Amino acid sequence: MATSIPVSSQSQGGVGTAPVPHTEHDDHLHEHDDHHDQHWMWKYVFSQDHKMIARQFLITGMIWAIIGGALSSLFRLQLGWPEATLDWLKPVLGKWIEGGKLDPEFYLALVTMHGTIMVFFVLTAGLSGTFSNFLIPLQVGARDMASGFMNMLSYWFFFVSSIIMFASLFLETGPAASGWTIYPPLSALPQAISGSGMGMTMWLVSMVFFIVSQLLGGVNYVTTVINMRTRGMSMSKLPLTIWAFFLTAILGILSFPVLFAAALLLVFDRSFGTSFFLSDIYIAGQALHNQGGSPVLFQHLFWFLGHPEVYIVIMPAMGMVSEILATNARKPIFGYRAMIGSLIGISLLSFVVWAHHMFVTGMNPFLGSVFMFLTLIIAVPSGVKVFNWLATLWRGNIRFTAAMLFSIGFVSLFISGGLTGIILGNATLDIQMHNTYFVVAHFHLVMGSSAFFGLFAGVYHWFPKMFGRMMDEKLGYIHFWLTFAGVYLVFMPMHYVGIAGFPRRYYSWTGFDAFSQFADLNKFISAAAILAFFAQFVFIFNFFYSIFRGRRATENPWNSTTLEWTTPIVPGHGNWPGEIPAVYRWPYDYSKPGAEEDFIPQNVPYSQTPSSNLPYERELAE
Amino acid sequence: MTTLTILLVLALLLVVFGLLFRIQILTAIFSGSYVKQIGTSNRINALLMLVFMVVGGIAFFWSFADNFSKMNPPIASVHGHAMERMFWTTMIVIGIAFVITQALLFIYSYKYQHQEGRRAYFFSHNNKIEVIWTIIPAIVMAALIFAGWKAWTRITGPAPKDAIVLEVMGKQFNWLVRYPGRDMKLGVVNYRLIDAANDFGFDLSDKAAGDDFVASEIHVPKGHPVLIKIRSRDVLHAVYMPQFRVQMYAVPGMPTRFWFTPTTTTDEMRAKLGNPNFKYELACNQICGKGHFAMKLNIVVDEPDDYVAWFAAQTPISKNADLMASFKQMSKQTGLGKGGSQDAKEAATGEAGETVAPLAAQASL
Repeated sequence: MATSIPVSSQSQGGVGTAPVPHTEHDDHLHEHDDHHDQHWMWKYVFSQDHKMIARQFLITGMIWAIIGGALSSLFRLQLGWPEATLDWLKPVLGKWIEGGKLDPEFYLALVTMHGTIMVFFVLTAGLSGTFSNFLIPLQVGARDMASGFMNMLSYWFFFVSSIIMFASLFLETGPAASGWTIYPPLSALPQAISGSGMGMTMWLVSMVFFIVSQLLGGVNYVTTVINMRTRGMSMSKLPLTIWAFFLTAILGILSFPVLFAAALLLVFDRSFGTSFFLSDIYIAGQALHNQGGSPVLFQHLFWFLGHPEVYIVIMPAMGMVSEILATNARKPIFGYRAMIGSLIGISLLSFVVWAHHMFVTGMNPFLGSVFMFLTLIIAVPSGVKVFNWLATLWRGNIRFTAAMLFSIGFVSLFISGGLTGIILGNATLDIQMHNTYFVVAHFHLVMGSSAFFGLFAGVYHWFPKMFGRMMDEKLGYIHFWLTFAGVYLVFMPMHYVGIAGFPRRYYSWTGFDAFSQFADLNKFISAAAILAFFAQFVFIFNFFYSIFRGRRATENPWNSTTLEWTTPIVPGHGNWPGEIPAVYRWPYDYSKPGAEEDFIPQNVPYSQTPSSNLPYERELAE
Repeated sequence: MTTLTILLVLALLLVVFGLLFRIQILTAIFSGSYVKQIGTSNRINALLMLVFMVVGGIAFFWSFADNFSKMNPPIASVHGHAMERMFWTTMIVIGIAFVITQALLFIYSYKYQHQEGRRAYFFSHNNKIEVIWTIIPAIVMAALIFAGWKAWTRITGPAPKDAIVLEVMGKQFNWLVRYPGRDMKLGVVNYRLIDAANDFGFDLSDKAAGDDFVASEIHVPKGHPVLIKIRSRDVLHAVYMPQFRVQMYAVPGMPTRFWFTPTTTTDEMRAKLGNPNFKYELACNQICGKGHFAMKLNIVVDEPDDYVAWFAAQTPISKNADLMASFKQMSKQTGLGKGGSQDAKEAATGEAGETVAPLAAQASL
């Protein structure tokens, strides 16, 4: 086929002159533009367009992140200044402040909701929901998701779930308060804690909607990646982002139903008198009839989701970071196949390590040995990823965009948090470390902050494609350095507190001699956490300002190789006005020797780049 | 009113910030620096990477050293010493990996910052180094797994036959402790027999129960293995004894256990730390409700002789009139506690037919 692709010959490397190989048939330009006069209701609210759904997920996720962060600031106030009077919060918290003190049960509710919101609503829905939706069709070369309708449902189930969870914050008896892991019997018995009344009911109902949303989304992502790749886009030419989203979706499909089962059984125990998780309980002056149930069974079911869940959170971030590091180091990602292999390895292993959360719950010690072995193996593929990222930077030509900074920050945080996993995965050492602040510091670095950094990197990087404008780079730098320093100032000292054995989910440590020595450090952590939280408003401002007033973007502002940058500045419904471009090469042809530009987009055939083809590629050029 | 003023001030500050931001952009557009993508900022960010590594690294090591003495709870059990060695060995291993990888990350970021006219090195893979950096971590992990597995098996293995046995029961929001009494057998308990006077739910129709005694704190002898049996009567709790490196959940309906050997008496530890008020403490370490953070029990490690004397001075529950009356009444009400079926015993003690240490062990301490 005779093509007329102008291969980036006139570009000077600056913004605005980025070469965008046009797709073949410009006469089809308006073929897919026929939706532009839709009613706003279908365009902005009940949209079936994957890009709009992605924006909906993103903005809902951001609102949740602000709420989740604000909750953590509240309980950090309590932990940093246990003696302080909090009367000034009474206008907001009402009866939860009594005599100038935060109510201890409400403290537990804050901790619980912070965890629930951040893990599920921000880092699962907000991160994976946004970028899987946005990037999968654009990067595999599809007009939209396999089922736009299911995709819309996925968002609206998430929305309903959000509304229910949000409403539960305002209940008379308070929201769920038994920890985000909702271990029964505490979560099953309203006599045990008031949050286990209506709050827990709403938590469970909300999670059911959430799981439905995840499954609808996940099935869609998997189907789209398998079936709707454009011509030439074999699995071995997929960008790593897509590999990460694909495997994440599979993890979600396989693990979320188990949480559904656990939640359902818990609903039965709570409301219909069954004894799946309850046995031999005497509470509030009464012996309950339940016998034969096992609370440990619930933990198995919960963590069978719960552990893959942390990879559901982190893998999309890994994929995006791989992409952004390669683009901005102007180098191919090092060890593309090893990166895919390690993602697959992590995905498989993530299903057989769950009981490392349960070493000291009374589980058979033999199981503990097995899970220790499997858990520590997962360090190997994780290590491979880190080394490959480092090798990608090596001898690169690095542009520090805000997205790049956050990606480098991601790698740093992932290393810092990942390494302490080697301690916690060791059953022997976990005897002492279990449920201490060491655990809190570990997972906040490795999956909390890292995933947040991935999310920020993704937003900065793909913002031009999402909104047609650029975010302000300078504000991005400020946001990055404040956040990066803030995260380390919060979580590094937290390890010390953890090594000293401070238990998590404690309203205050003043009752124990053993936990009396770190009042100053806790104050410091609290101050850093609250400052880091406020630094996020720089981002919020930048985000909303740039949507309306940001500098106009070009089609390919980062000189990137993947397909989404071959679309118009703001892709319409159907993504490409003409035919979908075909793919000829892998997504990481950056700085290829002999090429005129320092990048060759995926849709440029080898026949057009004779000067840079590698020996085996010459045959493909025929 | 104050709130309103504060909100107003915040809103105005936001407006000022927005305007300043706008002015900065407009001036940048006029000066022409706005569209330049790779310029001074790139160099500044690269430099900041280096600065962050150096300053952050120094701050980290300084604060770590500064807090080191405070972050090590004193150790008072045999396996605790082994665990401590393993912990710090692992810390050194991961510390080395930490320093190397972080240094490379920041140094590469600085060193390979964008330079006009330079081109990145096209380097897509290298099987040899990839195999090397897969195998080395695998070997290190294997060594750590092996050491961890050996210790784990030993620590969680069966307690020595002559171990002192005691039982801790968690409830919202305190701990109950009982000892087996002169017959060295913990009597049957049943949660349906619990009431205000009988908070363990002793079944006094079991012969072994009458001489059990309850205590307000844990006493254990130094240098002798101690088996703690653990149960909960309402929600999950966890027995956490940081100085003994002991942790195990208390699970309603499923008795658990942990054994350890104390090495230092309370008095010795007081002398060692120079703190005359030092106490060993047992904390609840699994969220259990409102009073979770205050669920504490004191532990006293005695010299063996003192322990035997303390043990002998305790009053068995059969001498507790309130408890006996309560049991009779509950027994009548529930129809339980009339001869204690074997099932009930098994359910109650968790392991039927287990040999417990004879009193001789107690006396021979």
